[in-house]
Amino acid sequence: MQIHISTNDGVPIYLQIVNQIKYLVASGRLLPGEELLPIRGLAELLLINPNTVARAYRELEAAGIVEKHRTAGTYVSEQGSPLARRERVKILTERVDALLAEARQLDVAFEDLVKLVQTRHVAMQTTRNEE
Amino acid sequence: MPTTFPSSSPPIVEIRRVTRRFEHKTALDDVSLSVPRGGVFGLIGGNGAGKTTLIKHILGMLKAQSGSVQIFGLDPVQNPVGTLGRIGYLSENRDLPDWMSVGELMRYTQAFYPNWDPKFAEELREAFDLDRRSRVKTLSRGQRARAGLLVALAHRPELLVLDEPSSGLDPVVRRDILGAIIRTIADEGRTVLFSSHLLDEVERVADRIAIIHEGRILLTSSMDDIKETHHRLTLRFEESRETPPALVGAFTCEGKGTEWTYVCGGQSDQLRRAAEAIGATVVANTTLTLDEIFVTRISG
Repeated sequence: MQIHISTNDGVPIYLQIVNQIKYLVASGRLLPGEELLPIRGLAELLLINPNTVARAYRELEAAGIVEKHRTAGTYVSEQGSPLARRERVKILTERVDALLAEARQLDVAFEDLVKLVQTRHVAMQTTRNEE
Repeated sequence: MPTTFPSSSPPIVEIRRVTRRFEHKTALDDVSLSVPRGGVFGLIGGNGAGKTTLIKHILGMLKAQSGSVQIFGLDPVQNPVGTLGRIGYLSENRDLPDWMSVGELMRYTQAFYPNWDPKFAEELREAFDLDRRSRVKTLSRGQRARAGLLVALAHRPELLVLDEPSSGLDPVVRRDILGAIIRTIADEGRTVLFSSHLLDEVERVADRIAIIHEGRILLTSSMDDIKETHHRLTLRFEESRETPPALVGAFTCEGKGTEWTYVCGGQSDQLRRAAEAIGATVVANTTLTLDEIFVTRISG
């Protein structure tokens, strides 16, 4: 669970945690059922106020990304919530936008880009089958 | 882990209308401050703003010339035993008896505190890599700060007071200090008050802050509120303006022509309405760092 806190850009610290955990869940680096670090553990690791971590966990719980178990731990929700799916689409949208912009800059036509995506998709599947 | 903060119990520190003059200089000017139980209170201000003078009143080292100071509901000047025994204190100069060894310092300090926890003291000594036999005067700056922190923490005080704990220290020792602050409040009910001009540290660990400037408290707020009520707004106007158009809540303004950027106080939607009222549209709205908020407020 890699989280990086910065006090240089003004974004409230609890929000930095919320956004980064959403990203980790959406990108599959935190899996459903996986336990988050306890509040105190994450606070000591990041050197931030435990109340800030508690607030971030509350927001994530309200958004359905994580859930508290009776055994006191906080876990990534089973069955990626609709929000996690939305978050995944959001991440991909950003990547696609960047790709489109770069293609335009490199003077590659949209049709050629789509063809390239298809070619790469086939190539990756072939490698996977060989493994 | 505190579950409700600020708690409803009476404040740990209650300062009412304290003024302090040193000859011709007014060090504290009608200062009122309330530190709730639990959590980390950050006192921020520049050099000579009055932070250390205020802390000395809390510790009973200075008597209020006017106004009142209550710590745990007691006057620290009249009840040093009832207050100081429950406070852990690390001064900016980290005044420690130079002639003692670390081991002697620990035994000596233990005598003052009924709640001294010898096992915890020993754990801290090992974690801070302090040799019992080293003389205090031979310790490096960082090791001296760690020794000061050890004696401030080992009696598990209800209130930990740190005056500029990080000043002049390397990042490794600063991490130890921040870690100690976090562990202290993670234990239920305990409170930390620390002064600092390193605002990135304050932003990380404090949940309430007070800004002190030229002996006056300019602002007391929770960290969440102060972040949510300070914004940098960029406004676009239909027509070019020669001088900055007045915006309700603005502290500073710069720009030219049709685009002006304000640092201002207020909720986002309030500010949006204020912008619309002067015929402008908001083209950017960002939150500020504590550092930017501090600079804006003291130059206002």
